[in-house]
Amino acid sequence: MILIKARVFLAITVIQVIVLAGLFTWSMSVARARTTEEIPQKQELVQRLELTDLAIWTEARYTRHPSQADFFAPFQDGPSSLEHFPAGSVVAAPDRSRVAAADR
Amino acid sequence: MRRLKILDYAISSLWRRRFKNLSIIAVFTIMIAVLASILILTHSLRMEAKEILRDAPDVVVQRLSGGRHDLIPVSMAEAIREIPGVGEVTPRYWGYYFDALTGGNYTLIGLEGGGSPSLSMLEGGLPSAVASCAIGSGVASARQLEIGDELVLIDSRNVGVTFDIVGIFVSESDILTNDLVILSNDDLIEFFGLPDGLATDISVQVYNENEVPKVAAKIKRSFPETRPITRDEILRTYDAVFSWRGGMLLTMFFGALLAFCILAWDKATGISAEEKREIGILKAIGWGTGDVLELKFWEGIVISVTSLLLGLILAFVHVFIFDASLFASVVKGWSVLFPDFRVTPHVDLYQIFVLASLTVVPYVASTIFPSWKAAIADPEEVMRS
Repeated sequence: MILIKARVFLAITVIQVIVLAGLFTWSMSVARARTTEEIPQKQELVQRLELTDLAIWTEARYTRHPSQADFFAPFQDGPSSLEHFPAGSVVAAPDRSRVAAADR
Repeated sequence: MRRLKILDYAISSLWRRRFKNLSIIAVFTIMIAVLASILILTHSLRMEAKEILRDAPDVVVQRLSGGRHDLIPVSMAEAIREIPGVGEVTPRYWGYYFDALTGGNYTLIGLEGGGSPSLSMLEGGLPSAVASCAIGSGVASARQLEIGDELVLIDSRNVGVTFDIVGIFVSESDILTNDLVILSNDDLIEFFGLPDGLATDISVQVYNENEVPKVAAKIKRSFPETRPITRDEILRTYDAVFSWRGGMLLTMFFGALLAFCILAWDKATGISAEEKREIGILKAIGWGTGDVLELKFWEGIVISVTSLLLGLILAFVHVFIFDASLFASVVKGWSVLFPDFRVTPHVDLYQIFVLASLTVVPYVASTIFPSWKAAIADPEEVMRS
C-alpha cells in the first residue's frame, strides 16, 4: 500500500476530531441535562437561603463572599498588610466602576 | 495526490528525528491542555455563577462603620420598605465560625420560619425546632456527621452548644452549600450574641428589575452610612473573578503561553545542520523552493494539529471528567473546606478558535521561515555549510 504514513496520519487526525466532537457533544448534552435538572434546584437554594456568593474559598471573609467584601479588602486586617491568603491571588478585584458612577 | 506524497515524505522526515519531534508534541500537547483547561474551566464557572446567582437578592444593604461592614439596625428595614417599588425587605442574620477542631471556616446562616417546604438539594429538612440545624456536605465530612447526629459549636460566650442535624445538603450543591450551617434566626442570634434590633444586613426585593439601580441610589441617599449591593454587581463580581484575565489563572495562562513562545522562537531562529543538508539534497535533485516550503508547512501542520487535538481532548477530560483536579491544589489556597469543581460544561468555541490560531499559526510560521532561508540559498553551499 502506497503513502501509508500519510494515510495513517489522516486516519489518526480523523479519530482525534471524532473523539473531540464526541466530547463536545457529550458536554453539550450534560450541560442541557444539568440546566434543566440541577440549575433550577440550585436557583431554589439561592432564593430560599438568600445566598449571594459561591462557597469556593473559605479561608477569609473577602474570599468567601467576594461580592460582599469591604472596599479595601484584603487590607482590612491591618492598614499596611499585604494580601496574605493564597486564594486572594486567584480572586480578581470586584468591578466597582458602576457603583462609583452611581455614587457620583 | 502530489500533496499526499509531500505529506507522506514530511511524516517520514519527522519520523527520522522521532525522539525530538515526539518530545515537541508532548510538550506542545501539555501546554495546549493547560491553556485550554484554564479557558474551559473559567468559562464554565462564569456561566454557572451567572445562572445560579440569577435569583440572588435584588439588593443587599450593608451598614459601614469606620469603612468596615457592621451590624445594621432592623428599624432601617421599615424605612426601606416605604420606598416606592420595593417589595419584601428582610433582615438577614449570618456570620462566620472558625472550627478549631477541623481548622475550617463555616458560614452560619439564620433562616426565618424554618421547617417550611424543604429543598430539592437537601437530604432531610431545614431546622424547625430550637437547637437544630442543616449542614453542607463539606461540614458533614469534616466532622464525620450524619442526619440524626449532633453538631457541637462554641458560641460567643465560649459555651458549647449542641445542634441536632436534621438535614445535609447533597454534594451536587457543594459549590453553594459546602461550608454552610443553617440555623433558625433565633438560634443564630443567640449563638453569636447579636444585640437586639441589629441584623447582619438587609435583603431588599424590587418589583421592577429596571428600578433596582434607582432604589439602590435612594437607599444610599437616605442612609449614607450604608452600602447597597445590587444583584447585577454580584454577577459582575463573578464575571471578574472567573475571568481568565484575573489573578493566578492569568499567571498560569501566561506561563504556558511563554513556554510556547520559547518553543516557537527556538524553531524560528534556526534549523539543524542535518535539516539544512536535507533541504540542499532535495533542491539538488530537483525540488523547487515552493516544494520545500510545502514540505515544511506539512511538517508544522502534522506536529501542531496533532498537539492541538490531543491537548483539547486532554483539557476536556481534565475539566469535565476529573473535575479539574490538577488545578485544585493551586486554586484551593488555604481553604480547609473546598468543593470539587463539578461544573456544568460550557465551551466557548470562539475561545477554542483563538487558542488554535494562537498556537498552530505561529508554530507553522516558525517552521517555514528558517527553512525558507535555507531553501533560497545555493544547494551546494547549503550542503557544504
